[in-house]
Amino acid sequence: MAIEVRIPTILRTYTDGAKAVDATGATLEELIGDLEARHPGIKDRLVDAGKLRRFVNVYLNDEDVRFLGGLGTPVSDGDTVTVLPAVAGG
Amino acid sequence: MPYGDVMLTISQDLVDKIKAHARADHPDEACGIIAGRDGEPERFIAMANAERSPTFYRFDSSEQLKVWREMDDRDEEPVVIYHSHTATEAYPSRTDVTYASEPNAHYVLVSTALEQFRSFRIIDGVVTEEEVRIVAG
Repeated sequence: MAIEVRIPTILRTYTDGAKAVDATGATLEELIGDLEARHPGIKDRLVDAGKLRRFVNVYLNDEDVRFLGGLGTPVSDGDTVTVLPAVAGG
Repeated sequence: MPYGDVMLTISQDLVDKIKAHARADHPDEACGIIAGRDGEPERFIAMANAERSPTFYRFDSSEQLKVWREMDDRDEEPVVIYHSHTATEAYPSRTDVTYASEPNAHYVLVSTALEQFRSFRIIDGVVTEEEVRIVAG
């Protein structure tokens, strides 16, 4: 089993257009590492200098991972990780 | 060309709702979306500005997830993403351009100070103003 990762429109260029892809890992950081191995280039759009980018929201099931453990958040089989671009501006 | 026409066609009713939301939240910036299918704006959704600021806006991340899931279930997309400027003209700021990440969306800006309603495409950091056609309804 794996973890389903839901990909927003803007990042689907990395996933051949797929809206959701599978990946594995024990933490969000490992999961993103595995995503990068399968879809090179995607990590840089999510992580900068070892932290989640300000411009993206990452959710574990229903919860924003910023309120959990950030990149260190544990994930397990059957979880769903959703990536959404933050909607913000000035 | 996946990005649709370089024109926003929108009903008077939806324009009025955006303007009313902007006025209600003034002097803070108001923000929200209009969901729809096939590039047609239909369902008005006012979002909370998590920043509650006169110079910045950000969708509350939990509310955003809920609304985005709902759109997914209904096969909708954010056709319009709107926000207000409360002291400056209705033109995308540098921050707006940095954050813009929905290449299919019409970015609508309203200025409560100058009573403007304008629409833009923001793709890969490039801002293109588009015509707004307001239809009855």
